[in-house]
Amino acid sequence: MRQTNNTYPKVYLYRRIVQAKLFIDTNYADNINLDDIADESYFSKFHFLRQFKRIYGKTPHQYLINVRVEIAMQLLRTDIPVTDVCFSVGFESLSSFSGLFKRIVGLTPSAYLTQQQQIKKQILQTPLKFVPSCFADKNGWTQKSNFEEVM
Amino acid sequence: MITKMNHVSIYVLNQDSAYEFYVNKLGFKVHTDAPMEEGDRWLTVCPPEQPDLEISLMAITSGMMFTKETAEQMRDLVKKGTFGFGVFECKDIFATYEELKQKGVEFTKAPKEEFYGVEALFKDDSGNWFSLGQKK
Repeated sequence: MRQTNNTYPKVYLYRRIVQAKLFIDTNYADNINLDDIADESYFSKFHFLRQFKRIYGKTPHQYLINVRVEIAMQLLRTDIPVTDVCFSVGFESLSSFSGLFKRIVGLTPSAYLTQQQQIKKQILQTPLKFVPSCFADKNGWTQKSNFEEVM
Repeated sequence: MITKMNHVSIYVLNQDSAYEFYVNKLGFKVHTDAPMEEGDRWLTVCPPEQPDLEISLMAITSGMMFTKETAEQMRDLVKKGTFGFGVFECKDIFATYEELKQKGVEFTKAPKEEFYGVEALFKDDSGNWFSLGQKK
């Protein structure tokens, strides 16, 4: 289809694929049957998988795992225990959660939790360490340098 | 020799609302969210595949940075859509456009083929506008 100012090619296809992606974004914690998603998109499964991967760089299954790990990272940053995070994002076993998390993030969930707790502590104790001094100066945040207080 | 940019500021009307827009709608990652003196907040986000570019979502408030009068003028200008802060890139503009529209992002230009690629324009929750592009 030729491109015009107000329309673009294959709008129907794009809407279906985006719907599937948003469905995963919303229902990641459930036991999602990815075959059902392909069926709902009214494409052949092969065509659906190929298009999804072309647009998002991952198969729907790989994308679902990534969403779960991303949400797990967010939850761990709020100090929720690893086991609770594991089941609340839809993983069924702690070992598969830890393995997949480490493969994607490079740290185990518990190591990530510890790392984030340390960063949070640093931010609270010495927030100016995280702000370029030009911005801090302009905002008047350097007058009581907490870096000096800590020293 | 300058090699790259690592911080840039976008002036926003409300940091909570900007957080919701940039993180939950655009999908950016929070880099730093630090409470500062007198209720100020240092909030930076990064595009998902550009973790070394911190975009500082700066609240327009009167204080050291702006006088009360300047802050009011800035807020008016931002609301009016005066400022365009840059070009974001994506792998598939048609899918990104559909997704962001479904999330309630306001577009002022649908994807259109230009000589350099395909481009759309959208506004953030404050009124700042951005180009969204997919290179040829």
